[in-house]
Amino acid sequence: MSSETFIDRLGTGLWRDNPGLVQLLGLCPLLAVTSTFVNGLGLGIATLAVLAASNVLVSATRRWILNEIRIPIYVLIIASLVTCVELIFKAWFPSLDRSLGIFIPLIVTNCAIVARAEVYASRNSVAKSLADGIGMGLGFTLLLMAVGAFRELIGHGTILQRMDMLTGGEAMPGLVLVDGGWLLAILPPGAFFALALAVAAKNALDRRRRVVTGATLRRSLK
Amino acid sequence: MSNGRVIKAGMTLATIAAICTALVAATWHLTRDRIAANEQAWLEQSLQPALAGVFFEGSVTESMLVIEAPHDLPGNDDAIVYRVYSGGEAVAALFAVTAPDGYAGPIRILLGVRVDGTVTGVRILEHRETPGLGDRIESSRSDWVYQFDGRSLGDPAVARWKLKTDGGEFDQLSGASITPRAVIKAMRETLLYFEANRDALFTAPATRTDE
Repeated sequence: MSSETFIDRLGTGLWRDNPGLVQLLGLCPLLAVTSTFVNGLGLGIATLAVLAASNVLVSATRRWILNEIRIPIYVLIIASLVTCVELIFKAWFPSLDRSLGIFIPLIVTNCAIVARAEVYASRNSVAKSLADGIGMGLGFTLLLMAVGAFRELIGHGTILQRMDMLTGGEAMPGLVLVDGGWLLAILPPGAFFALALAVAAKNALDRRRRVVTGATLRRSLK
Repeated sequence: MSNGRVIKAGMTLATIAAICTALVAATWHLTRDRIAANEQAWLEQSLQPALAGVFFEGSVTESMLVIEAPHDLPGNDDAIVYRVYSGGEAVAALFAVTAPDGYAGPIRILLGVRVDGTVTGVRILEHRETPGLGDRIESSRSDWVYQFDGRSLGDPAVARWKLKTDGGEFDQLSGASITPRAVIKAMRETLLYFEANRDALFTAPATRTDE
């Protein structure tokens, strides 16, 4: 672990231990808000900010925190950070805030965040915890974006609709491929299907890579 | 846990709580003006659909008048009226009132009325009616609310401002009767109130909202 680099840590969060695909944490917001790409990206950015900041704060204070009160302290830190992020969204991305609604304050209950505080940040240096927070946050964000883009494409028949909620300016319809889509994709079952496909795709890719590296290894041994 | 540890734990918690509170307070301080401006802009924007075809200058929300309960308007809570002027002349009024007798609780209604008493638009602001049945009072779910556009207390007569099932003029929603009945009753009462208090409404000074 001591020789682990910043890049390794990022990779762990992005792929190997992706909070959504592998740890299956934070599924409630993942399933609830990913009906469009921009919603997924918005919640992803908010979660990433909270996760990185909470990892840094937990890691920076880890020497003074007694074991018995660590959980209330994590809760305090995470709740304050989420409140700050919520205020920032209300100030700078008001329409995105209205679209995500209760799921911004509910980042508090995303167990991926408290899990990283407990498992990683409370035992590692500030720099490593920051890398872990960014990696896990990015991993979660990419998954939200992928699931959101998939459901938007199938359910609405559009790509990148309402990006103005992030960038400001006029309402953007996005790239309309088909007018209207398969409604099921944007209803709750669609979220489960999309996530299942994403998990399956990751497992399939990993297996293929294992087979390939195994073959290379055998060849080099000969 | 020994006494010393308990005290140390308490001190740590108190310190962290203080730091976190300071963080939230600072963020709130930095964002509150922008948030207030955003909310104002959003309110202004959401009032527009009920003012279809009305030409006016400036802000609608500046002329807000809070009518404290009890009053003759529908609902038991404070009602809000936005007055719309053009070149100093009163042109329309927007009422945000509550129909207290919805199927699943109160229904918040926004009703725009021209000075001459014709309805410029009706929108449902808030409700908890049954999805698929009562929620068709929303303009996004059905065009039920549009049947009131351009109507007034003389057209049809007050006694006919009811659902067809109740001997009135207006279409019902199949599967839901309590919801549209509550909305129409609130509209009728609001229009009667407007007729009786029109001049006083437009001359009353705006309610200050600063703290």
